[in-house]
Amino acid sequence: MTHMFFFLTAALYGCATAVYLVCLVRTSPLLTRWASRLLTAGFIAHLLSTIHLASKLKYLPLTNMQESLSFFSLAIVGGFLFFERRYKVTTLGSFVTPVALMMLAASSSLHGEVRQLHPILQSNWFWFHAMLAFISYACFTIAAGVAVMYLIQNYFLKTKQFGALFQKLPSLEIMDEISYRCLTVGFPLLTIAIISGSIWSEQAMGSYWIWDPKQTWSLIIWLIYAALLHGRLTIGWRGKRAAILAILGFVVVLFTFFAMKHSITW
Amino acid sequence: MNIIVVGLSYKTAAVEIREKVAFSPNCIEKPLGELVKLEGITEGIIVSTCNRVEIYATTRDIAGGIARIKRFIADYHHLQFEILEPHLYSLHAEAAIRHVFRVASSLDSMVIGEPQILGQIKTSYGYAAEFKSSGIILNRFLHKAFSVAKRVRTETKIASSAVSVAFAAVELAKKILGDLSDKTVMLIGAGEMCELAAKHFLNSGAKGVMVTNRTFERAEKLAEEFGGVAVPFEALFEHLHHADIVLSSTGAPHCIIGPQDVKDVLKRRRFKPVFFIDIAVPRDIDPKVDGIENAYLFTVDHLQEIIQANLAQRSLEAEKAEEIINQEIGQFHKWLSTLEVTPTIVALRNRFDEIRRSELDKTIAGWKELPPDAEKRLEALTMAMMNKLLHAPTSALKQAGQGGRVDLYIDALRQMFELEALQRDDEELELEE
Repeated sequence: MTHMFFFLTAALYGCATAVYLVCLVRTSPLLTRWASRLLTAGFIAHLLSTIHLASKLKYLPLTNMQESLSFFSLAIVGGFLFFERRYKVTTLGSFVTPVALMMLAASSSLHGEVRQLHPILQSNWFWFHAMLAFISYACFTIAAGVAVMYLIQNYFLKTKQFGALFQKLPSLEIMDEISYRCLTVGFPLLTIAIISGSIWSEQAMGSYWIWDPKQTWSLIIWLIYAALLHGRLTIGWRGKRAAILAILGFVVVLFTFFAMKHSITW
Repeated sequence: MNIIVVGLSYKTAAVEIREKVAFSPNCIEKPLGELVKLEGITEGIIVSTCNRVEIYATTRDIAGGIARIKRFIADYHHLQFEILEPHLYSLHAEAAIRHVFRVASSLDSMVIGEPQILGQIKTSYGYAAEFKSSGIILNRFLHKAFSVAKRVRTETKIASSAVSVAFAAVELAKKILGDLSDKTVMLIGAGEMCELAAKHFLNSGAKGVMVTNRTFERAEKLAEEFGGVAVPFEALFEHLHHADIVLSSTGAPHCIIGPQDVKDVLKRRRFKPVFFIDIAVPRDIDPKVDGIENAYLFTVDHLQEIIQANLAQRSLEAEKAEEIINQEIGQFHKWLSTLEVTPTIVALRNRFDEIRRSELDKTIAGWKELPPDAEKRLEALTMAMMNKLLHAPTSALKQAGQGGRVDLYIDALRQMFELEALQRDDEELELEE
C-alpha cells in the first residue's frame, strides 16, 4: 500500500516536473494548470503515503535518510504549492520541483530496512524537532530557488537581455517578497527546532549541547539566516546580496543534511 | 447568399483618401439605410476607423453587389469614381470571411495585435444592429468574428507585449517593481515622451507623481495636470529617494544624476530598487548608475530593443492566430452554405406543387364525366410522381450540405426552376440555429 502510494507520488512528481520545465519554454495557460494539478495530486499521494507509513510504523517516518528525504521533498512541494497559489509564480515550479523530485528519487533508491527503533529516538521532542527542522529546510529550499531566479532575472536586467526567459520570470519585487516570506517562516521554525532538539539531547544524552557535528552545523545555518534576516530588517539587505546569502544558506543546509550525521543515531 | 467586403485601408490608401471616405458615427444611419436599399444588397455594416473604411454586406449577385457598393462609396462622399476605385479592394466568399476575422483579430492592423480595432468593429456592428441594416447572416458573422478575435487573444500572445516606448517602460518597470500601485514616479524635465510615459504609469496604477523642472512654473503646471507634486529643481536630491521610478529628459549638457547620488538615494530608501529611464540626449543619468546594485538604468535605445523583440514575437504569434482563423472559417462557411438548403428545398417543393395543382385543376375542370374517385386518384398519382421526382435532388442537396458544392447546387436549382428569391423567414432560421 505504502509502496503503491510512493510509486504514484514519484510518477506524479515526475510528470509535474516535466510539465513545469516545458512551461519554461512554452506559454500556455493549459500547461500551467496541468502542472499545478499534477503536482497537487502528487502531493496528496505523498501525504497519504507518509500517513500510511506512519500509522504502520507507529511513529513519524523521520528516523533514517530514506524517510527524511521523502519528508523533506513533501515539505518542499507543500511549501511551493502554497506560494504558487498565493503569488501565481509558475516559473518557481521549474526551479523547485526538480529538487523535490531528486530527493524523492534518492529516497526511493535507499534501502528501507526494517529495524528496531533506537530507544533514544522515542521521544516526542525528537519528532517535534525533526518535523520543524524539515519544514524550515523546505522554506530555505524555496528561498534558494527564488534566489536563483532572482539572480538570473537581475542578470538579464543588468545586461539588457529581454529574451523569452526574461518574460517568463516574475518581477524582482515578487521574488524578493517570496524569499523574505520563506525566511520569516523558516527562521523561527529552525530556531524552535534547534531548541527542541537540544531539549531532546538533554533527555537522551544528558546534555543540552554536545557539539556533535549536526548540532554545530545547525548553529551555522541558524547564524547565516539570522545574519540575512537581520541585515534585511536593519539596513535593508535585499536583492542580489540577499539572494547570494540565501543560496549559500541552502548549500550549507544540504551539506549538513547529507554529510553531517548525528554522532549517536545513524 | 454571399458575404462581400468592399473597402480601403492604410495598405491601399493614404490618409488623404481615407479621411475623405470616412463615415462619421454621428450620422451613420443615413449611409446604412442607403446601403441596404442598393439593388441586390440584403444586409450591410459600415466599419469606419482612421486606418480603414470597409463595408460588409450580403448579396446574391457578387459582381453586381461589389460594383454597386464601390459606386455607393464614391457617390456618398461625392468623389470621382475613377479616383477612388484603384484604392478599393473587394473580397467575397471565403476570402471575405477570412478578411473580417483577421481584421477583428487585429492581424490586419498597422500595429499587429493593437486592441482598439475589435472595439471599433463592435461599435460599428452596434449601429448596424440598431438601425436594422444587419440581419441574420451578418449578425451571426460578426458574432463569430468577435469570438474568433477572443480566441486569438486568449490562445496566442499576440497582444501581450508592449510595442510603444511608454508601454515598454511600464512593462519593464513591472518586471522590477512588481505591482505599481504603491510606487511613485519622479519626472525630471519635460518632453513629450516623458509625459506620455508618466501618463502610462499613472494609468497602470502608480501611486503618485513628483515633477521637477529648471523652470518651476513649468513643473507646477505639469504637476497639476497629473495631480502630482512639484519639486524645485535644486531640491531634487532631497526628494529623489521617494521615487521608485525616475523618468528623466532634461536638456542639460551633462549628467545631472551620478553614481554617488544614486548610492546615497539607495541608502536612504534602504536599498529598495529604483528604476531609471533616461530619455535625454545627451544623457541625464550617468551610465555607471546601472552598475549599482538595486538601481536599474534604461535608455530609449533599450526600450526600442524591447519593442523590436516584441514586434518579432507578435509576428510569430500571428502565425498561430492564422491557424485559429483557418479552423473557424471552415465552420462558418459550412453554416453559411447550409443556411439555404432548407429554404431551397421548400421553394422547390412549392414550385412543383404549384405546377402540379394548376395542371391538375385544368384537367379536372375540362373533364366532363368524371368518374367517382378519379379526383382522389389523380391527386395521389400526381403527388406520388412529384415526390419521386423530388426525392433525388432533395437528398443530393442535403448531402451536399456536408460537402462544399452546396452553393453551386442551390444556384443551379434556382435558375433551372425559376425559384423566387428565397423568402427567408428570420424567425424560422433563428429557430434552426
